[in-house]
Amino acid sequence: MTRLFDTPLYPYARHPDQDAANPVRHPVIVIGAGPVGLAAALDLGQQGVPVVVLDENDKVSHGSRAICFAKRTLEIADRLGCGDPLTDRGVRWNLGKVFFGDRKVYEFNLLPEDGHRRPAFVNLQQYHLENDMVTRLRTLQAQGAPIDLRGNSRVTDIATHPDHVALTVDTPEGPYALEAEYVIACDGAGSPTRDRLGLGFTGRVFEDNFLIADVTMQADFPTERWFWFDPPFNPGQSALLHKQPDGVWRIDLQLGWDIDREKEKEPDRVRARVRQMLGDDVAFELEWVSIYTFQCRRMERFRHGRVLFAGDAAHQVSPFGARGANSGLQDTDNLCWKLRLVLAGEAPDTLLDSYDSERVEAADENILNSSRSTDFITPKSKTSRLFRDAVLDLSEHHAFARPFVNSGRLSVPCIHAGSPLSSPDALPGGPSRTRPGAPCPDAPLGNGYLLDHLRNGFTLLALGREAPAIPGTTPLGLPEVTDALRTRYLGEAPSALYLLRPDQHVAARWTDATPAEIETALTRAKGGHA
Amino acid sequence: MTLTLTPNIDAPDDLYADLLAAHEGLTDDQSAAFNARLILILANHIGDRDTFREALKAAAPIP
Repeated sequence: MTRLFDTPLYPYARHPDQDAANPVRHPVIVIGAGPVGLAAALDLGQQGVPVVVLDENDKVSHGSRAICFAKRTLEIADRLGCGDPLTDRGVRWNLGKVFFGDRKVYEFNLLPEDGHRRPAFVNLQQYHLENDMVTRLRTLQAQGAPIDLRGNSRVTDIATHPDHVALTVDTPEGPYALEAEYVIACDGAGSPTRDRLGLGFTGRVFEDNFLIADVTMQADFPTERWFWFDPPFNPGQSALLHKQPDGVWRIDLQLGWDIDREKEKEPDRVRARVRQMLGDDVAFELEWVSIYTFQCRRMERFRHGRVLFAGDAAHQVSPFGARGANSGLQDTDNLCWKLRLVLAGEAPDTLLDSYDSERVEAADENILNSSRSTDFITPKSKTSRLFRDAVLDLSEHHAFARPFVNSGRLSVPCIHAGSPLSSPDALPGGPSRTRPGAPCPDAPLGNGYLLDHLRNGFTLLALGREAPAIPGTTPLGLPEVTDALRTRYLGEAPSALYLLRPDQHVAARWTDATPAEIETALTRAKGGHA
Repeated sequence: MTLTLTPNIDAPDDLYADLLAAHEGLTDDQSAAFNARLILILANHIGDRDTFREALKAAAPIP
């Protein structure tokens, strides 16, 4: 059987740009066709911004990588037109079990908040996500969207100029030159673009190795997440088991620093460990084994003139909390509408500086959370282990200790509270979760959901009243307010007006506002006057 | 809530004796683990982060 990640999805094809007398200039070139690069392409393309994607190969990512996609990612995928296949294919679980030593200390049910179209997260192999995104890209192309995905096209040189970026692209038929008004570099943690521009990538190295084994099980194993601290089959270390689609289970075993990597990858050795985890009577097959190490680091700035860095190219975190791919999709969610406005002359170029400040803020939050998870899972000192073990011992008997147990805090979008694009909160009694800078929580609305109505432009949401007509905004008046909307958007306020950004973050909110006040907030949300 | 750093215990000798008695027969490692659990239980009882941070400050080594 040919596996999905062995199939060329966008093979090299000669492009007229290669035969042009002078380098052809494009509005936006995206480097890298992983989840982040593909999201940028879908976002820009469906808004009519011509975009060229250059990828060094022609396939989805090989083997097992990101596997947990959080609700915000599914909501972004909804806006990009591919939320359904991801959610339908993804595995959901609610029951988690925590083991310490040879015993289960407690189990928990996630019980996510009701009234959201999407679940808190799904488990899904990264190659499925990329494949569904490429399928969506082909659909958009068939509808005339200006997206150009070029496989086997490796950027070998990049130079920034005041009014454009110059690139050299190598192909199976030799190199050619291209130009772009803006470049989005989504070329991963080892970003060649970052290196070519001589930009740093500093942070904290964690001296640890993790063995990843994806196994298929014949047995009817329950759909639960199991996390072990210091288990008998991996003394002094941690282990994780959770389910992916197609009967594949992810096993993550911490190995420590001083190990023989080749020996640890030997199939017999891995099988012996897995048998210890699952018990002798569970039949399984090894699909994929690899060993990884990780770092928590970021670039000092994500914007360098006309080159914008997104995803792992800009920031890298530990895998705990699934904050890698998820935050990468939030990057392009934040960037693409800004880029569209700047290219259209509707916003000043400095609007792109807010991409830097907002997403650096988010990266710091992600690095903080994933570093804390890592410090809990892998205590760095005798005292740190003492407290970690005390928490786990107490968690068996006392509920209060369970919130301390940290095997990863699931990715949630950052609230850009101090964003220069936000206006001061003018809704006394309004809920904190929807203050300016916050992402909009979903809520049931009619036969659908609130977020279905927030698409690509600025929205003026009115609750308990009608929305005024303000040029440059789409009105969404909801005179009848449901309980979920009241809890999430009104709090103690009787009615409210919300100005919402194209990326579904709150730009401003008021009890009431004059058209001039709304227009001022709208201009601020676009980075000032163009 | 502010941290109480004035005498607040009716029978301090009795309480102190309880603390020592709880550690009796424990090895150093067991005592250290006991103390860690005790700190976490008391921290949860306090609940308020600012008060806890005041306690951390008060407990810091005296230079």
